[in-house]
Amino acid sequence: MSKKNIIIYSLILVFGLSAPFLFPAYKLQISILWVLTILALTWDIQGGQMGYNSFGNILFFGVGMYVCSSVQIGMFFPLSEWTASGGEKTFLHTTSQYFQGFTYGLIFAGIVPAIVAALIGYGILGLRGHYFAICTLGIGIAAGEIAGGIELIGAGQGMTVPPWPKGIGGTELRSQFFYYLCFLTVCVTFFVIRLIYQTRFGLVINAIRDNEDKAEAMGIHTMRYKIIGWVVSAFFLGIAGGLMGNMIGYIEPTEIAFAGSTYGVFMVLMAILGGKGTLWGPVIGAAVFHVFKEGFWTFFLGWQYVALGALIIVIVIFFPEGILGWFREKYPENFGEVVDEVDRTAQVELT
Amino acid sequence: MGIILEVDQVYKHFGGVKANENVSLNVEEGSIVGLIGPNGSGKTTLFNSIVGTHPIDQGSIYFEGKEISSLPIPAVAKLGLLRTFQQTRIYEKLNCIQNMLVSSKPENDTVFNIFAKVPHNLTEKSENLLKFVGLYQKRNLRAGDLSFGQQKLLELAMALINEPKMLLLDEPTAGINPTLINGIIDRLIKVNKEFGITLLVIEHNMRVIMSLAQKIFCLAHGQLLAEGSPEQIKNDHRVIDAYLGVQ
Repeated sequence: MSKKNIIIYSLILVFGLSAPFLFPAYKLQISILWVLTILALTWDIQGGQMGYNSFGNILFFGVGMYVCSSVQIGMFFPLSEWTASGGEKTFLHTTSQYFQGFTYGLIFAGIVPAIVAALIGYGILGLRGHYFAICTLGIGIAAGEIAGGIELIGAGQGMTVPPWPKGIGGTELRSQFFYYLCFLTVCVTFFVIRLIYQTRFGLVINAIRDNEDKAEAMGIHTMRYKIIGWVVSAFFLGIAGGLMGNMIGYIEPTEIAFAGSTYGVFMVLMAILGGKGTLWGPVIGAAVFHVFKEGFWTFFLGWQYVALGALIIVIVIFFPEGILGWFREKYPENFGEVVDEVDRTAQVELT
Repeated sequence: MGIILEVDQVYKHFGGVKANENVSLNVEEGSIVGLIGPNGSGKTTLFNSIVGTHPIDQGSIYFEGKEISSLPIPAVAKLGLLRTFQQTRIYEKLNCIQNMLVSSKPENDTVFNIFAKVPHNLTEKSENLLKFVGLYQKRNLRAGDLSFGQQKLLELAMALINEPKMLLLDEPTAGINPTLINGIIDRLIKVNKEFGITLLVIEHNMRVIMSLAQKIFCLAHGQLLAEGSPEQIKNDHRVIDAYLGVQ
């Protein structure tokens, strides 16, 4: 790791750890920022690095959310009674039950979407370009409608997640807990993704983006890489979903869990804004986007979606490659794109 | 030396278009063989049939005595039969070294291999091959920023890193300036002599193919028109007619 990297990482670490004390009023907002960063990072695995623009990744977010809370509840109480009667009033999780359930819930929130991604991916990752994008868009919308029809998880009414246990301190501790959990998750996600981008997997998904036919002609089983990429992405998205559901405390099928028109679009925008196909792009994009979004909601209330639309237009016209992509075009030498002048002798003479 | 590639009475139709009709040809191991013919005579279709891009309608194709006409592309590639494309196909947003690394295929795409680090000796091997084609200096540039001719050289190097037994080259010198063409001919002969790789080359530039190939096949209207040494082909009336029109 270079010196520059160490400085950047430690700055972010210090900010992440101290933010709840420095900006206590914005604790929830910063927690959401970390979740948004996970969304952008995982979207970028397909959309940026692999060149498969998916508009349906929200599916895994929602599935993770539902699976997490279903496991939390179902481990100790009958799930159908809970959702039918507003069960949080009759059934109470003890402190140990709550944390035990939450742990298992998050584990399953990762695994189940990963399996779903493998199954769906096997079916639709053979599609390319626009066809893949439209297909995933359909899947994301369908998921919300389907979830809205399942009685067991509360159908269109939604379901409540287990409330914070009474015995161990109030809302202050709760928000603290969720803040650090979000921060931990985003760190783990970032480093796992950073690690796999350095392996052969990272090279091959880039190759798929640039020229899938060539990659196939060179004998690479591209399908396998595409599915694995989606599975990794779904795993972390699912966990992010589980976290988000618990943080909000209430799950609704089309507005919160499978919120294609908000989080589903945001994750694409953030990755593109920061620079898709780069490791840091989605992180930068998420931060910038979140600041803009909250600014619009505060200062342009009523017109916030108009302002957001204007932002999208500006991004697409002036930064089609995103912030990092723009810098790369401008200063390629800072990204290692240099002609090796010293080794000019190594150039074989063409006669 | 034995026959490495045998194409036996291959038919390929696209609707009413007879792209390949009853095409048979043999390529000897270790040789450089040319494939010429006017535009639309079915050369690239034949390449596609050989490497398994599309299934053939009739006939059979043998590589080292093994029937490959029904195998998918990756399986054919694994046997050591690779192709390059007429329009260069490189990974334009990756730099040259990464282009090389991604082209080097491990034995199997198991999960373990997929998440394995790229071995160090591979980087060294890539650099050596880039030196061989004269791109070492530009190894850190994005492949998309290279000139067309340099991209062709890069594509050649990418094929070589897998140590194939045979290479199918689709117009390796099309759209390249004359100085660089000599460089490419030189490299191709070296590839053949030093690495012992059999070459089957589609080429429109007669000077190139005559100085390169030991044997030439000529296609016209999807059928095999003539075969023989460069001298024979040069003096074959049917070939001249096919290229210039019957007088």
